[in-house]
Formats: sequence, structure tokens, C-alpha cells
Amino acid sequence: MRAILTLAGLAFFSAPALADTMEVGVEIPRLNVAEYHRPYLAAWIANPDNTVAANLAVWYQQERGAEGEGETWLKDLRQWWRRAGRDLDMPIDGVSGPTQAPGSHSMRFDTGSAALSALEPGDYVLTVEAVREVGGREMVQIPFTWPAKGAAPVTVSGDTELGAITLTFVDDK
Amino acid sequence: MKRLALRMLAASTLFLTVTGTASAHRAWLLPSSFTLSGDAQWVTVDAAISNDLFFPNHHGMDPAAITVTAPDGSTVAVENAAKGEIRSMLDFNATQQGTYRIATGGGAPSYFASWEENGERKRWRGSLADMRAEGIDKKPDVEVSQSSRSVETFVTLGAPSTEVFTSTGQGLEFQPVTHPNDVFTGESVSFKFLLDGKPASGIEVEILPGNDRYRDTPSVIKATTDANGVFTFTPELPGPYWFTAGSEGETVVDGMKMKSRTSYTATFEALPL
Repeated sequence: MRAILTLAGLAFFSAPALADTMEVGVEIPRLNVAEYHRPYLAAWIANPDNTVAANLAVWYQQERGAEGEGETWLKDLRQWWRRAGRDLDMPIDGVSGPTQAPGSHSMRFDTGSAALSALEPGDYVLTVEAVREVGGREMVQIPFTWPAKGAAPVTVSGDTELGAITLTFVDDK
Repeated sequence: MKRLALRMLAASTLFLTVTGTASAHRAWLLPSSFTLSGDAQWVTVDAAISNDLFFPNHHGMDPAAITVTAPDGSTVAVENAAKGEIRSMLDFNATQQGTYRIATGGGAPSYFASWEENGERKRWRGSLADMRAEGIDKKPDVEVSQSSRSVETFVTLGAPSTEVFTSTGQGLEFQPVTHPNDVFTGESVSFKFLLDGKPASGIEVEILPGNDRYRDTPSVIKATTDANGVFTFTPELPGPYWFTAGSEGETVVDGMKMKSRTSYTATFEALPL
């Protein structure tokens, strides 16, 4: 289920300046099911030993609704919950967000952001995990090296709960 | 010939009695969730003794004997406790972040006594205080043995904690190396046993994945504790697991030398990686 693609093979396409912005594209697929609930989703930067270098986003129901407290289901993002969630005090400024509808969503992080400003040079894995009520769970990973050079976007697609996950490094300067 | 047969029957009955605890009736506590998130969550626990894991088909446990301990060591109020024929239950509200212990049978050991009186074999079972009060320990040629049994499971709200694993220094006790609420398939798991507060080496452990009624083979994992009391295994199947271990030896209680037996059984869950 876990799709991995390396950036290494793409590095020779271009040799531009170091990128100062990371763009993460997340596609939530439109599913033809009788009962649909938007997925809970977590995106984070993982170290090679699976510890968490930075949390990028956690999309969940932050308000108490008819189904009870949304945080009840955060543990179903089971890899994120184990690696980060259970040690965090939710919500987190700039990370927590509401659930999103099917479609393409884009997040931008510049070198001044909380996620990237403290990121040491090294190898990392962008990880996106989604789980849906009365649905399934899926995790997609894209390895990268930081600092990154501006290069062609890398896309890895999920099969069930996630569509295309795209990682792009751009130099905005 | 008849007498010999009878004697053999008596011997085999005694053997069955002595080794009865090794038969396949398995005691288990199964929580509705092992891992929880949020500020507070209700947990319901099934408690039964059965052959198949975790399908009630034999005997419900006495829910009054089950205690729930909060991450801070306090006792949690049990709600909706009910004794069923083949499965009992209780609920509790987890309001603290950390690891809860649900346990039965821990603490004071039971004592078994047997002696000859008016040509008849007498048997007795109870607490040490009752044994003294009833004068059982003064019976002629009385043989006394001690037995303790713990059946436990653990549930974590938020991040795992370790306060509920504080050793009492009595009997066979479980200590996490890997936290029991942090077990994933394909990853090595290490658990530790203490016997009377010291690392229990050479203890044979049986680890069984649940849902055995949907498999042709029980898929038992066997392990033995090392010099540090640690045993290690790798769960391949996701789902709830059950493990058990026992130790037999001799002990001296209030100047009485006696055989002792202590066993430990617990339930945990392996999540898919």
C-alpha cells in the first residue's frame, strides 16, 4: 500500500539555487459511497528512523459535533498518532485545521515557517496519512533531502483514501 | 487388578487436579479499545474464561474481583459491572491521560491445604488469615501450598505511561520494555517478568494471537525469559493477543515451608504497521 519514490533520479534535470519554499499538494478522491465522511488527515516530515521532524497539518473535526468530540478519532490516524499525536496537546496553531472536501488542496511552507525553519540538513520522508469514518486508511510517503534544490514536482498517488500527493520545491526569491 | 485400576484412576485424578491450571481454559480481559485519544473516553471490558480467544464459550469471570487502576495509581470506579454465564463485563470512564491497568486476581495469594482426618482426605482453600483462624495449619501432617494468579490488560488514553507497572514485589509480575499499548506487527516486542520483585529468568511464555477459531493452527509463539527476565517476539498478525506464564517453587510463610505457584496472563493488541 505504501508507495515510495525517490527524488534522486530527478536531481540531474536541473541544478538551480536552493529552494526556499516547499509545496505539498494533497488530493482527496471523490468516492461514490452511500455514506461519506471527509477523511481525517495528517501530513508530517518524518526522520529516516520514523520519528517526527515537523508536523505540517492535521485535519480533523475540531468542534464537538453530533458524533462527539473529534479528537476521539485522532488515534485512527494510527501512524501519526503513534509518532506524534499522542504526545501533542491539540489543537496546534498553524497545524490543526478542519477536514477538507474532495478535491486538490495545496499547502506552502517557506524557510521561515515553523515546519522548515528548524529543519537540519539531511534526509526526510514527507508522510501523508488519511483515515475515513466507515471507510479505510492509507499512508503515502515521498523521501526528500533538505535543503532541496528547485526541481520537477514528485507525485505519488494513493490507491484508496488518497489521490495524488505532490511534493514541489521552488525558489520564490 | 481392580484395586490397581482404582489406584491409577485416583492418581490420574490427582494429576489432573494439580496440573488443571495448565489446561486450555484461558482467562482473559478484553477492552473495547487499547488505544484512545481525546480528553475522556468510556471503555468497556469483557471478562471470561474460554478455550478460544476471544470468544466466550465457557465461564464468565466474577466482575467484583476486577479492579481498574488509573495512570496516577488511584482506583477507578467501575460502572455497569455484570456477571454473565459465559462472559462478564464492566465499564469505566478514562479521564486521565496515560495508561490504565485492568486486573483480577492480583494481590493476596490463595492457600490450599490437604490432610488426613478419620481416614479421610480433607481439602481446604482460603486465605492465610482464615487458615490460621480455622486452625487448618495445625491439622495433623497438613500439606499447604500457595497459589497466586494475575489476569491483566492495559488501555492507554493519549501517550503511554508506566506508573501502573510499579512492582509490588510479590509473585510473577509484568514490566514493559516495549509498552503493551505500543505493539506493531513486524516489530520486535520485549516484555519483562519479575518474580517476587527480581528478574525472572528461564520462564517459559506462550503468546497466542486471537481469532484462533478462524485458523487451522493455533499459531502459538513460545519464548523463554533471559537472565534479565526479558522475552522477545515479533507479532506477524494484527489483532488482540494473549500471553501467559507460570512459575513453581517453594516458599516459607510464617515459618511454614510450602510449595508455591504463581501465574500471569495478559491481553494486548498488535496494530498493523
